[in-house]
Amino acid sequence: MSFRYLSPLLLLFVPWWGAAARELRVCADPNNLPFSNQAGEGLENKLAQLLAAGLKAELKYTWWVQRRSFLKNSLAAGLCDVVLGVPSTLDSVLATQPYYSSTYVFLERIDRHLNISSLNDPRLEQLRIGIHLVGNDYAPPAHLLARRGLSNRLVGYSLYGEFGVSNPPSRLIGAVVRGDIDVALLWGPFAGYFSKLQSVPLKITPVSPASFMSIPFRYEISVAVRKGDTELHDELEHVLTQACKTISALVAKYGIPQMQEDMARCDSSHAASLSQ
Amino acid sequence: MRESQTYLYVTLAVTMLFARAAFSQIQNQPDDGQWIMPAKNFASTRYSTLAQINTSNVKNLKLAWSFSTGLTKGHEAAPLVVNNTMYVVTPWPNLLYALDLTKPGGPLKWIYSPHPSASAQGVACCDVVNRGAAYYNGKIYYNTLDNHTVAIDANTGKELWKTRLGDINIGESMTMAPLVVKGKVLVGNSGGEFGVRGWLSALDANTGKLLWRAYATGPDKDVLIGASFKPFYEQNRGNDLGEKTWQGEQWKIGGGAGWSWISYDPDLDLIYYGTANPGPWNPEQRPGDNKWTCTLFARRPGTGEAIWAYQFNPHDNHDYDGVNENILLDLTIRGRARKVLAHPDRNARMYIIERATGEVLSAEPFSNQNTSESVDLKTGRIKYADAKSTGFKTVRDICPAAPGGKDWQPSSYSPRTGFIYIPHNNLCMEYQGVQSNYIAGTPYVGANVRMYAGPGGHRGELSAWDPVAAKTVWSVKETFPAWSGTLVSAGDVVFYGTMDGWFKAVDARNGAALWQFKVGSGIVSQPITYKGPDGKQYVAVLSGVGGWSGAIVSGGLNSKDGTAALGFVNAMADLPNFTTTGGMLYVFSLP
Repeated sequence: MSFRYLSPLLLLFVPWWGAAARELRVCADPNNLPFSNQAGEGLENKLAQLLAAGLKAELKYTWWVQRRSFLKNSLAAGLCDVVLGVPSTLDSVLATQPYYSSTYVFLERIDRHLNISSLNDPRLEQLRIGIHLVGNDYAPPAHLLARRGLSNRLVGYSLYGEFGVSNPPSRLIGAVVRGDIDVALLWGPFAGYFSKLQSVPLKITPVSPASFMSIPFRYEISVAVRKGDTELHDELEHVLTQACKTISALVAKYGIPQMQEDMARCDSSHAASLSQ
Repeated sequence: MRESQTYLYVTLAVTMLFARAAFSQIQNQPDDGQWIMPAKNFASTRYSTLAQINTSNVKNLKLAWSFSTGLTKGHEAAPLVVNNTMYVVTPWPNLLYALDLTKPGGPLKWIYSPHPSASAQGVACCDVVNRGAAYYNGKIYYNTLDNHTVAIDANTGKELWKTRLGDINIGESMTMAPLVVKGKVLVGNSGGEFGVRGWLSALDANTGKLLWRAYATGPDKDVLIGASFKPFYEQNRGNDLGEKTWQGEQWKIGGGAGWSWISYDPDLDLIYYGTANPGPWNPEQRPGDNKWTCTLFARRPGTGEAIWAYQFNPHDNHDYDGVNENILLDLTIRGRARKVLAHPDRNARMYIIERATGEVLSAEPFSNQNTSESVDLKTGRIKYADAKSTGFKTVRDICPAAPGGKDWQPSSYSPRTGFIYIPHNNLCMEYQGVQSNYIAGTPYVGANVRMYAGPGGHRGELSAWDPVAAKTVWSVKETFPAWSGTLVSAGDVVFYGTMDGWFKAVDARNGAALWQFKVGSGIVSQPITYKGPDGKQYVAVLSGVGGWSGAIVSGGLNSKDGTAALGFVNAMADLPNFTTTGGMLYVFSLP
C-alpha cells in the first residue's frame, strides 16, 4: 500500500534532482543575425555553446528582443546570468576581455566604383547615405556627418522591425543592392555577414577617422555578467582564453570585418598569461 | 419681518446674478460630485465643489477603505467615480477594476482584462504606465500599452469594441487617458524615443471606428492643416512647415507624440493638446524648427482640422515635450476679460495663452530655469540662453533637466483662490549630445544625461501660481520631484502625493500643512474626490511608485548606474531607501 504511493513521489524527485546540474543562463535576441537567433545559427549562439561546454554546463536561453532597456529587463532583472556581444567599455555590467573587435564601415556596390572610405569625403554631399536608426537616434558616425551639415543626406533604416520578419537590420544592405541608397554606413558585422548573402558584389571599407570627438567608431566586444559576479566572469574569461583561436576562426567565418591589430589577439601577452 | 424678507430676496437675486455670471466662466463647471474624467472636467481644473472636508476638519481625515491592484509597476491613473461605482485602470497588463461604492469597503464588481501584448513592455520608454480612463454615455474608455483603445460597458464590464491604433513593432505604445468630446474618443500615441511619428486620433464612441488622425509632422494634409488654420504668430505660418522645417525625410521619424492631456472648450468648439519633443536626441542632426514638435494645437474635435498652433520650443534642445496640461480659464488680465488657457511647460514657463487666437499673454518661469531668457510676446518666439544650448558637446548645469520644470503630472485650479496648484520638479542636468543606446549591432556607449537636485537641494515643489499676476504666491518644498497631480476643493484644501509615500493636504490659501498620511508606496498618480452614496465626501488616490522618475524602484534599476532610466536614476538614487513598489488604492473620509 505505502509503496504504491511512494513510487510516484520518487519519480517526481529524480528529474528535479537531475535539473540541478549546472546551467549557463544566457539572454539573447531570437531574431538578430549574425549575432543570434532562436534556431541557434548566430555567432553568439555558437559562442554560447562553446562557453557552456567549457563550463560543463547546460545552455539555457531566455529570448528577449534587444531593444531599449534590454540589459535592464534581462541581465539586471536576473532572467539570465550572461549576455554576449556587449561593448567592452559598457560600465553597467562586468565585461570580460574582448573576443573580437570591429568597426563601422561603408558598404557600396562594387559596380558603382565609389570607393568611399572617409566620413570627410566631399562626394558624400551629393549621395544618399543609408544608416541604421536605433530608436530615434542614428548610428554613431551620423554625429560627424551632422557637424558637416550632411543630416539632409541621411536616410534612416530602423534596426527594429516586425517581430515576425527575420533580420530587420538587413534591410539597409538590401537598400544598397537595389540602389535605393548610394552607400550605407553600418556596424561591420552586419555588413560582413549580409553582404555575403547578396546577389551582387559589395565592397566593405572601414570608416575613417576612427573616432569623432568622444565617440569611437571601433569597438571591442565582450561577454557580460552582472557587476559583482566575478567568479563567473573569471571562469568565462578562462574559457575565452583557452578557445581564443577557435573563436577567432568563428568570427572570421561570420564575415565580421576585423581590424588588423586584432588578428594577433590570441598571441597577446594578456591572453598568453591567462592561459598558463 | 417683511423688510428683512425683502432684503433676503434682494440678496438672493444679487447672489444668483453673481452666481450666473460666475457660472458663465469656463472654470466654474457644474459638479454632481462624481469624477468622470481624469481632469474632472473639460476645462481640466481638477477642482471639486465639495466642501465637507475643509481646512479646519481635514486633520481628522481617516482611511475609509483600500484596495490592492496586485501590480508593482508605476500607477499614474486617476480613479473614476460614476453611478456609485469606482473604476481603476492599472499599468500593464492594463486591468480595469470596477468597485461597488454602495457597499462597505468598496467590494469588487468585476474585472476587465484586455490582455495586451507582453512585448509592449519592451517598447515603453518610461515604465509601463497608464494615466487613466474616461466615462461617457454608459461606457468606460481607455488605452492599452499595446496601442488599443477599448470601450467597456460601465455596468457589466463587457468589452463593446476594441480598436488597434498603432504598432508596437515600430516602437509605438499608448499611455494617455482619452478625452471624449461630442461622441468622439480622442487618443494619442507615445514613443518619441523610438523614432515614432506622433499623432492624435478620434474614434467614434459607439463603434470604435477611426474618424480622423492628425500627425504632428509632415505635409499639411497629414497634420490636418487647411484653410481654417490661422496661427497668431508669423513663425507658425506657411505651407507644409511640418515637412520644410526638417532636413530631408527626417520628419518621418521626428516624434511629436501626443501622449498626454487634452482639454475642450465647448463654446469655441476647440480641443487643446500639446505634442512631444523631436528626435533624434542630438539637435545638430535635425537643423530647423522641427515643426510641429513641442507645439500646442487648437483643433475642431469634429474634423480634427487645426485652427491655430503655437510652438513652445522650436528646435528643442533639452527634451522639453509640449504635452503638459492646459487649464481653461476665463480671467481678467490687465483690465480685459480674456478666455485663456494656462500651460505650465516642461521649459519651466507658465504660458497664459488667449485660447481663441493663440496669442501668448505671459510666459513667466514657475520653477528654477536657465535655458531661456524670455519669450517675445510680439513674435511669440522663445529666446534660448546660448550658453545652455546643446549639440554634440557636453553642457553642464542645465536647468530644468529633461523631465522639465514639470512633467505630465497635472496641476489644478481653484476659482475660490484664483491660484493654479503646480506639482513640479527642481532638477538640473549635465547633457551630452550623445545618447547612450546600446543594443547588439550598435555597440554605442555614449555618456548620458545625469540629473541632480537644483538650487536648494530639494528635488520637488508644490507651488501656488497666480495666473493674472504671473507669479508664485507660495510654495512647499519636497525631497523628491512632486510627481503626482494635485486636487483642489471648495473646502480650500489642496491634496497631492509624494514619491516617498506621503499623501498630503495643504491650505489652498497659504500652503500651510494640514494633514498627511503614509501610504504603502510612493505616489505618482492623480488624486480625486467624490460624494459617496452615503452623502459623505471621499478623497481617493492610487499609490504605487514608478514612471520615469520612479523607475529606480519599480524597475529594480541599479542605483550605481546613474544614466539608467534616461539619466533619472542619478537624481533618485536614494528613493529605494524611502519606498518600495506596490499598487494600492486608498480612500479617505471624515469619521
